[in-house]
Amino acid sequence: MKEFLRSRIFGWAAFAVITIAVLAFLSLSETARSKGISGTLILQLFISGISFGSIYALVALGFAIIYKATSVVNFAQGQFLMIGAYSCFGILSNLTSTTSIPWVWAIILSLVFAIVLAMVVERLILRPMIGEPIISIIMATIGLSYVLRSIATAIWGTDPQYFSPKLFPDKTVSVAGLNLPYEYIWGFSLSITLLCLFGLFFKYSKAGIAMRATAFSNQVALSMGISVKNIFALSWCISAVVSFIGGILLANITAVSVDLGYMGLKVFPAVILGGLDSVLGAAIGGIVIGVLENLSDGVVSKLFGLQGIKEVAPFVFLVIILMIKPYGLFGTEEIERV
Amino acid sequence: MSVNHCGDFKETYAQDMRFLQTNFIRFWVYGLVLLLLFLPLFKFGQIIYYTSLVGVAVVGAVGLNIVTGFTGQISLGQGAFLGVGAFSCAYFMRAWGVSFWLAMPMAGVTTAFVGMIFGIPSLRLKGLYLAIATLAAQFIIEYAFLLPSLEKVTGGAYGAKFPPVMLFGNKVSSDVSIYYIIVIVAILTVLYASNLFRSRDGRAFVAVRDHYLSAEIMGINLFKYRLLSFAISSFFVGIAGCLMGLLSYGTVMAEEFTIKLSIEYLAMIIIGGMGSVIGSIFGAIFMTLFPLSLTLLSNALASSYPSVSALILSINEGVFGLVVILFLIFEPDGMAHRWRQIKAYWKLFPFSY
Repeated sequence: MKEFLRSRIFGWAAFAVITIAVLAFLSLSETARSKGISGTLILQLFISGISFGSIYALVALGFAIIYKATSVVNFAQGQFLMIGAYSCFGILSNLTSTTSIPWVWAIILSLVFAIVLAMVVERLILRPMIGEPIISIIMATIGLSYVLRSIATAIWGTDPQYFSPKLFPDKTVSVAGLNLPYEYIWGFSLSITLLCLFGLFFKYSKAGIAMRATAFSNQVALSMGISVKNIFALSWCISAVVSFIGGILLANITAVSVDLGYMGLKVFPAVILGGLDSVLGAAIGGIVIGVLENLSDGVVSKLFGLQGIKEVAPFVFLVIILMIKPYGLFGTEEIERV
Repeated sequence: MSVNHCGDFKETYAQDMRFLQTNFIRFWVYGLVLLLLFLPLFKFGQIIYYTSLVGVAVVGAVGLNIVTGFTGQISLGQGAFLGVGAFSCAYFMRAWGVSFWLAMPMAGVTTAFVGMIFGIPSLRLKGLYLAIATLAAQFIIEYAFLLPSLEKVTGGAYGAKFPPVMLFGNKVSSDVSIYYIIVIVAILTVLYASNLFRSRDGRAFVAVRDHYLSAEIMGINLFKYRLLSFAISSFFVGIAGCLMGLLSYGTVMAEEFTIKLSIEYLAMIIIGGMGSVIGSIFGAIFMTLFPLSLTLLSNALASSYPSVSALILSINEGVFGLVVILFLIFEPDGMAHRWRQIKAYWKLFPFSY
């Protein structure tokens, strides 16, 4: 019984039951109804939260890959996402004026660019920083985020832009009284597919196993004939590719703007919830944060009149997680014995 | 590298414990203080204003260095703590009618209290996790500044009025008198911080940073000292916030105290030198004057080439990031390290080792 009470399944079940109970209470209570909060609205918020959250999960995955393999904390993750959206936008808008370029090519080209960018960043900035204290690495990636943002504003300005042919048709499907935009469905299914693919990649492919070995111990991996440098570069590439896709999906729903970079900050609650170095954790954390953010925007802000609570709710949640379960749900606990 | 001063013989314990060890050091330090006090006599452009800005940054950077450089706890919430200091100081003066001289330490204590609350996670967290917790603190406080219930204190989106400072019944409003306040506070801060690390508490901070397990084995109460370092650091940060308010032409705006400010202060102590008081000063000077000169340069360029002004403004930010990265790669120990090397070079000349 004790084991069961401590197990993850129990934790998750308790979490789900409490969430559902709170939501049911909210949707049934009188004050909530008077402020226009209904079950349908909550369900709607839930669904859009999940689809936004699946994109956060992609970015969190990118973060977790880099952290797992190289123990580098990438504060520029959001800027990767933003550059991804901008590069895709740039390829689309510059090339469509003369030749009509299909979306597939735009995405492929921007993913190639992602790999180049990740290689350059890894080689020029992170490789000299190996072995430096964590604060230096944090500051270096923050500096990188400034550089990337300034490049984006220098080229595209600060006004939000929109993809001229949208990636997905601008339609909505009604299912049982709920409006589901195509973008959400596609965004969700694409990111879930990618998450599953990467999960399998880490579990079964040779490179994935090598990456996990490197994460476990650089020295042991090196002595087993794994090129740690290549693994570092590979993890940056995968991370950049994943964030670029996340950026394109997100920009398709909202807009291509420099503000996309702030999404990177929302990754922190997500990865901390899931555990910094866990791929599955990143996925779950991202979705939870997306739902939390949407619900706080639609429910908490209406109930208590707290405007803009959307922006801080993930961070309040983050502090609570850090106090209760510092290494997240699936993270490796750092145990030190003297 | 430690090089003993030639011909400097200490005969008593008191001599060994002197704050400024040699005549040479004394001459330069007193000379620098005198220069700072007589600086307003030289009416050279806006030097007074810029030196005041540097002074504020010195107080804040020394404060941040206590928690991050000396105790090894990365704080990304500096910007918000500065805001807490500025707003609470303005509130005490406005609502309670407290004079600035009392409001400043009161604001320091308020900020220390807020800092300790957000330092509580340090009971369980360290390193990266603590950095992210303080990042969360930054966003939560930033949000709290704009809450309607706190509008009395922060003035919401319009900013809080910072009442004029009174001294012996006269209004202190000129740049020069504000300069003197800031310089004196900055000198006192530097004096306190330099002495802190000669005391038991300061050494305990360094021990916690260097190896917290060993520190605990030696009988240092980790949680107490981690919290204490947050408190002392936030106290100075709060004071720096008051000084920012003093320099702000009468209005403190919530939008000044963003994550960007936190990052600038973190960049200061990294560029200057972590865990070094003189490094905080170097970093404060560099990080205040460098963006300022960049802005002046880009303004000059923008006025002659108006078509590219937006471009230049966006490049400014990138140059800031680039400078931070280059410093981290080529000078990871900061300017204080280079300073020590230069000193050693002159001492050992012509033998370099």
